Amino acid sequence: MIEYTPKEMMVIAAARKIKNFDIVFCGTGISILAAMAAKDIHAPQSIIFFETGAVDSVLEELPLAVSDPRVMHNASNYCSLAETFAFMQNRNTGKNIIGIIGAAQIDQYGNLNSTCIGDYKKPRVRLPGSGGACDVASFVGRTIIFMKLEKRKFVEKVDYITSPGWLSCPDGREKAGLIADGPTCVVTDMGIMGFDKDSKEMYLTYFYPGIDPLEIKQNIGFDIDVLRAKEIEPPLRTELKALREKSDPERLILE
Amino acid sequence: MNTGKNKIYTLTQAVKAYINDGDHISIGGFTINRNPMACAHEIIRQKKKNLHVYAHSNGQGVDELIGAGAVKRIEIAYSGNGRFAPTCFCFKRKIEQGELEVEDYSNYQMSLRFLAGSMGIPFMPTYSSLGTDIIKKWGFDSELRNQELKISREKIVLMDNPFFKKETLSHKNQKDQLVLVPAINPDVTIIHAQKADIEGCTKIEGLAFADVEQAKASKCVIVTCEQVVEKNELKKDPGANHIPSFCVDAVVHVPMGAYPTACYKYYDYDPVFLEWYKDIAVDNGKFVEYLNDYIFGTKNHSEFLNKITDTKRIEDIKADFETGYSIGMKRK
Repeated sequence: MIEYTPKEMMVIAAARKIKNFDIVFCGTGISILAAMAAKDIHAPQSIIFFETGAVDSVLEELPLAVSDPRVMHNASNYCSLAETFAFMQNRNTGKNIIGIIGAAQIDQYGNLNSTCIGDYKKPRVRLPGSGGACDVASFVGRTIIFMKLEKRKFVEKVDYITSPGWLSCPDGREKAGLIADGPTCVVTDMGIMGFDKDSKEMYLTYFYPGIDPLEIKQNIGFDIDVLRAKEIEPPLRTELKALREKSDPERLILE
Repeated sequence: MNTGKNKIYTLTQAVKAYINDGDHISIGGFTINRNPMACAHEIIRQKKKNLHVYAHSNGQGVDELIGAGAVKRIEIAYSGNGRFAPTCFCFKRKIEQGELEVEDYSNYQMSLRFLAGSMGIPFMPTYSSLGTDIIKKWGFDSELRNQELKISREKIVLMDNPFFKKETLSHKNQKDQLVLVPAINPDVTIIHAQKADIEGCTKIEGLAFADVEQAKASKCVIVTCEQVVEKNELKKDPGANHIPSFCVDAVVHVPMGAYPTACYKYYDYDPVFLEWYKDIAVDNGKFVEYLNDYIFGTKNHSEFLNKITDTKRIEDIKADFETGYSIGMKRK
């Protein structure tokens, strides 16, 4: 029996979604770790890039922000911010990009809030704002969302839509004029959710070993289908080894 | 815009000459990298007030200006410091207390707004943010927008694609609608770079972020730099220089001018300071104490550095020549 933490399972589950030759758009924290792990485990040809403009950096140490000088070391290209986001908006390059983003709140259509809790003009809690998340969610047809599974985060209605998910109905994105598909999945610390291909509503696709799907249901603030869910394959020895020894040996994010 | 031959100033002179109360300023760098910290501190020292600030993803510089009460309004995409601050503390506190007016855009939109400003056109289009509250919810209301000459009449305007036939589009939306974001032309842009010559030609090493567009969009530009170099040195590799001299008004030699944020090839961010700052910035009383001791209590950046760091800290964050950061630096 291999021991692992929920965070390690979460990173590996997300890393498995990254395919070789993908161009991976990374945010801060756990998303950088998933991209680095994928590159170390099964997708050596994937290219990591950051909104700050660093393309194909050689990450010898874990960056603690997307502007960390560690992303600048041994990169293939330095782009401006305007150029970086344009790669996603451009349909030739954008189609090959997979984006990883997070937020404070999510609803059943995968709409994300990272702006404020409460009223926008008089927020109870002010959050950092979109950053590049809204741009990624607008342009990239494949996005992975990272969220800790909590009732206050998985809500019926987000207080502010910062980054568009599938909006409010199956053809919501097309109606709004968005040029690419909505989110692919939500990776949490208890399981993974997908979006139904017809209704675009969130449903449970995988639960982690030892987790009861009903427990997941109880931690979600809207009604969610958990009947289609299967148990995910636990982290392999090789995956854990790469994650622990190569991607985050100092356990800066894993702890 | 300035074609002078010698633009060397002290920071005290440059801030005094170019930044006035109520000015619209834009600030370069990105979260914990290359923030013009010495310049931000000097703005605080000179007690500038009612500034209208533009930033894309700025952390430390913006947060200290906000904490010091220099900022009345801000238009921004992201205010955080990576792992050191999920949301910048003074930014969060002041907005929650209703003491800071904020307008939210995405990072791409802010970049496009600076780009439009740099090109001398009134707006740029994008497909970003369709269907979101970035379009629907406005921080600055119409009354303020009509009253203030320098603020655009609208936050965002939607427009149908006037050019191409739907059948030729490479994406699948039903109505080809675009989001127009207004140009930004700040009164002053402040940036910190690695190298500049006395005429203002500026070279940024590592990522330039949106500093170049921010500088080109601005009426005035103050560049603080690690090194003032001979014009001939920069002429050896023109492709590596980012900002032409005529865009720059003041060049100020400020070694470690981005501290406590990083400056690629020169020094890393200081994790000790940034961890310590967390406790300071959440509390107004402690923040005021910090300002009194370290900003108002020092005459310039080198005094500030002497007071807040020691030789060991400076040595710890010193960048490795090859990688550009401090290898193996303790960051927990």
